[in-house]
Amino acid sequence: MCGIVGLFAKTPGFEAELGQHFAQMLREMTDRGPDSAGFAVYRDAVPFGQIKLTLLAPEGFFWPDFEAALHSAFDGIERLSLHGNHAVVVTSVWLADLAEWLRAGFPQLRVLSSGGAIEIYKEKGLPERVIEHFDVAAMSATHALGHTRMATESAVTTEHSHPFSTGEDLCLVHNGSLSNHNRLRRDLEKRGVRFATDNDSEVAAGYFTWRLREGDTLEQALSRGMRDLDGFYTFAIGTRDGFAVLRDPIACKPAVISECDDWVAMASEYRAIARLPGAAAAKSWEPEPGRIYSWSH
Amino acid sequence: MTQVFDLAANSTRELNQTLQRANGGSAIEQWRVVNPNGAHNLAVGLDAPSRVEIEGHVGYYCAGMNKYAHIVVHGNAGPGLAENMMSGLVRVTGSASQYAGATAHGGLLVIEGDASSRCGISMKGVDIVVQGAVGHMSAFMAQSGRLVVCGDAGEALGDSLYEARLYVRGNVAGLGADCVEKSMKDKHKREVEQLLAEAGISGVDGAEFRRFGSARELYNFKVDNAHAY
Repeated sequence: MCGIVGLFAKTPGFEAELGQHFAQMLREMTDRGPDSAGFAVYRDAVPFGQIKLTLLAPEGFFWPDFEAALHSAFDGIERLSLHGNHAVVVTSVWLADLAEWLRAGFPQLRVLSSGGAIEIYKEKGLPERVIEHFDVAAMSATHALGHTRMATESAVTTEHSHPFSTGEDLCLVHNGSLSNHNRLRRDLEKRGVRFATDNDSEVAAGYFTWRLREGDTLEQALSRGMRDLDGFYTFAIGTRDGFAVLRDPIACKPAVISECDDWVAMASEYRAIARLPGAAAAKSWEPEPGRIYSWSH
Repeated sequence: MTQVFDLAANSTRELNQTLQRANGGSAIEQWRVVNPNGAHNLAVGLDAPSRVEIEGHVGYYCAGMNKYAHIVVHGNAGPGLAENMMSGLVRVTGSASQYAGATAHGGLLVIEGDASSRCGISMKGVDIVVQGAVGHMSAFMAQSGRLVVCGDAGEALGDSLYEARLYVRGNVAGLGADCVEKSMKDKHKREVEQLLAEAGISGVDGAEFRRFGSARELYNFKVDNAHAY
């Protein structure tokens, strides 16, 4: 099943309160995905020349040792902030160098996201737990995408939870299931795409990572994805400036979009949108099958 | 007298139990339901000629299994609107999501906006009037009843159709297996106009519609296959 929500602020005033509204949207989708929840939030953009990473550690990981090692290995670590088993690192270190150092010295850490504004958080358990753990309601952000998971194709772990990173400042959440993910994963691995899990949605994320790396625009990558990805999906893709929504041409998986002067919202079901300020008067519609919708600042 | 039911203060179950209590034996009950906020399963299983007005958007399966009641949604409806309706009237002033009127046996379903994919799938006698467009696979395996679409129809209209009659005023993206266009005779024009009138839609000329139905070429229509039984 799974639930997807996305919220995009059109005014600075709404950015300040985006977290509280987004939290309520994610909570409303609990019935569709009680196994785990995750979200990507775009906020606190770093200056040019710096990059922001979200890291995920296993239970019991001792962050102070990591922090000491990080500072002794690199100059130019601007910020390390901890959020439970997640950490956000802001740095002017070259991403490839840092990633190589992490793989060598801290293979148990996962890089959930990298970019100028994106942060990704995910965890097993009810969405409510995730919302409280990461204090989503207090966040101000330009936009955020979330996912509540009811697992069907692979195990219930934090690593199998959405969103999946698809490149710098890009992420994917997926409601549905893919049927050709095993073959596609093998093909993508030959092209150098790395996978952390056996999850089908991660293959879709890997596919888009590959296409975007090859120079496709987001629209081109999504159009091509409709041809190469076999299965059911509603995708929401977060970008640095906004987000995009795509349903497969059969369109079994639901989606609703609403827009008003202050915000654009998408969700698997309207009830996640219903309590946003001004929702009753907002323009609401069901995205057409196989059509790409996108918003950006 | 119209009674008000507030979904902000009461549960969906309380709403349905309250509405289902009407048995048609006394005066017709009139209800205004407020604060639906996209909730699922509102006003389902009604079995008396009550009048129910829902003020706002509703979620999945609104007005399912309806019998006798007149239910109006002032807003949009999620998937499965009026599924398996037996009789009565269901009207949505906005648009409806997937499979509106699925398997419905009777009554009239009016969608003033657009209907999404699979509208009238496996319909079994219901009349559906859509003022806007319908999505792909509409009237899939439709067995009987009438579907009137004032706007466009998506791909694979009427796939594997039985005896339902389909009328479309706008463009048809494509016909499903065994669905063909048929001649629009005077009696068909009158049929469309009568359904439009029942739906309260004016200013649309019945002569502008095209008629579609089954070519009766699939397996079930072949007498040669009767020996299998």
